[in-house]
Amino acid sequence: MRHIISILIENEAGALSRVSGLFSARAFNIESLTVAPTEDASLSRMTIVSTGSEEVIEQITKQLNKLIDVVKVVDLSEAAHIERELMLVKVRAAGKDREEMKRIADIFRGRVIDVTDSTYVIELTGNGSKLDAFLEAIDRTLILETVRTGVSGIGRGDRILKV
Amino acid sequence: MQLTGAEIVIRCLQEEKVEYVFGYPGGSVLYIYDELFKQDKFKHVLVRHEQAAVHAADAYSRSSNKIGVCLVTSGPGVTNAVTGIATAHMDSVPLVIISGQVPTGYIGQDAFQECDTVGITRPCVKHNFLVKDVRDLAITLKKAFYIAKTGRPGPVLVDIPKDVTNQKCEFEYPKTMVMRSYNPVIKGHGGQIKKAVQMLLDAKRPMIYAGGGVILSDASEKLAKLARRLGYPVTNTLMGLGGFPATDKQWLGMLGMHGTYEANMAMQNCDVLIAVGARFDDRVIGNPAHFAEIPRKIIHIDIDPSSIAKRVKVDVPIVGNLPDVLDELQKLLEASAGVPDPKSLAAWWKQIDEWRGKKSLKYKQGKEIIMPQYVVEKLYEVTGGDAFVTSDVGQHQMWAAQYYKFDKPRRWINSGGLGTMGVGLPYAMGVRFANPKATVACITGEASIQMNIQELSTARQFRLPIKVINLNNRYLGMVRQWQQMFHGNRYAESYVDALPDFVKLAESYGHVGMKIERPADVEPALREAFTKHKNDLVFMDFLTDQTANVYPMVAAGKGLSEMILAEEL
Repeated sequence: MRHIISILIENEAGALSRVSGLFSARAFNIESLTVAPTEDASLSRMTIVSTGSEEVIEQITKQLNKLIDVVKVVDLSEAAHIERELMLVKVRAAGKDREEMKRIADIFRGRVIDVTDSTYVIELTGNGSKLDAFLEAIDRTLILETVRTGVSGIGRGDRILKV
Repeated sequence: MQLTGAEIVIRCLQEEKVEYVFGYPGGSVLYIYDELFKQDKFKHVLVRHEQAAVHAADAYSRSSNKIGVCLVTSGPGVTNAVTGIATAHMDSVPLVIISGQVPTGYIGQDAFQECDTVGITRPCVKHNFLVKDVRDLAITLKKAFYIAKTGRPGPVLVDIPKDVTNQKCEFEYPKTMVMRSYNPVIKGHGGQIKKAVQMLLDAKRPMIYAGGGVILSDASEKLAKLARRLGYPVTNTLMGLGGFPATDKQWLGMLGMHGTYEANMAMQNCDVLIAVGARFDDRVIGNPAHFAEIPRKIIHIDIDPSSIAKRVKVDVPIVGNLPDVLDELQKLLEASAGVPDPKSLAAWWKQIDEWRGKKSLKYKQGKEIIMPQYVVEKLYEVTGGDAFVTSDVGQHQMWAAQYYKFDKPRRWINSGGLGTMGVGLPYAMGVRFANPKATVACITGEASIQMNIQELSTARQFRLPIKVINLNNRYLGMVRQWQQMFHGNRYAESYVDALPDFVKLAESYGHVGMKIERPADVEPALREAFTKHKNDLVFMDFLTDQTANVYPMVAAGKGLSEMILAEEL
């Protein structure tokens, strides 16, 4: 099962390597990991996407909690939540492809944020499958470069992860 | 008053009432050593290799429940210490390791004796720090001592760049420590404890399985009280030996890969199991799928939630500090009207006594060749069962665990988790520093002892009257045993050739050496060592049976009840 785990961690040097080191040392699966400081600069928030049996996910949350710098751990996927990922795609956009590319980007609510006479950079936000769907929808041979942030997640409504 | 970083380090150690620092100087820690030189509140023990410094600090802690402290230099000082740190980490021993680092401006430049200490040690410490600002030094050291000792204990490393030790700031040592990210649980969940009491009272075939957590948390008396009130059988893990008196009739011996027949059979066949500070590791329950074949209810008490439900499914998990949880359990038990069903309990004990009848630890001592088990039994007799016993790793470790009956906690010091050869002698040193009047024996083998043999020099310098019991079979015994049993008698690289003359070697360090070759000489030699040479380090080289194996044995991957017994071969 796929799980989205959110972590609040002290914003100290090496915090990221403590978490990533834990995953490799214990052979836990890691699909994506995002990290950035929160509104409180002394804390960072991480979102980790992992897959595993219930037992494995339980171990992951326990082991994360055991890290001295970790303040809180929540398995977002246990209840209603939202996940988003940002993707930037550089595509060839010349001749007849130029119009078509813009049209598909519009359908996916993407935005063209850089333009040259032969390329576009398209910015797209959504859950992972939407981003995948966009890449499927456009002509593969036109993709020059893609970059994705990995998943960020947040609980719906009253579910709040805060110190 | 403004103090330098080096002065602050010393003051912090004094504030923590540290008695001994085990260490080895080098470039990056020279300011610290300079300040250490100027004070006399604590002593420094100069070892001959940093690995031994950590092992000695580790045993100092294990045998006293104080925090062990080490001081090593950057680069190789740290990398040499890593084996010691990992050893302590696997067995949850509270240590504070202070390491020197190259000056902050040099970090990342591949400077002389630079290494990424925080990176290298991260997976084998409870936590580590790099102090880049002298103003953070005191609070970081306070945190280190706090983290090492609280919750599930473990080693904490503080890496200090050389320039930080020479910068000045105001010194103030925090009195208390609160961390928002670290709040170990103390009290167990009341509802869970209530459930556990009922489950224990309803048991027909109960079993108490106690591990190293009992020793670490000083919970052995409370465990004994509970066990006696219930009248249930108790087994200890390798790490838990001494956590329940080995001479008590409720004790079934050690369990696991080389556990007794009765302990393993009772563990496998019980219907209610209470695990106290133990973690169901592979050397204890063997194959978890086989263990799960017989359904049983499991109550698991541990301070570390991640130890619970890691390898087996648990019915009643209780996270908390063992003494607190055991107190609460006892209270509820006393208050409850229920008693264990005497009929089922009697039947269970009858079954256990039948298993005991197998006498799975028996062996034959002939007239010609010394059996290693015999030496341990005689050591037990000669020391009146009252020694601190350290061991190295291998067959001799298992024989020591099987044949020396530990009645008290913190008397049996060995590397259970990491299984580090070479710990025995530095462990004995650490024990003796923590217990200056104690009788200390190091049971070792001719291979293990050579992994830290240089510490005979430290032992001489500090006049440590350790008795080294070298069970010399000229083989890496446990490797040879596995090769015999699982690799068609092909003894690949397990014969130890070109051994030194241990008697002369001991004498060259200024110690007493003895060579014992005949069974009849074992006891007299031990008596001589422990009486006439009471105040000397005596290196006793026992030439033992080369083909003796450790039994019973649960082969790796097998079920706990699938034991190989000596008689079956």
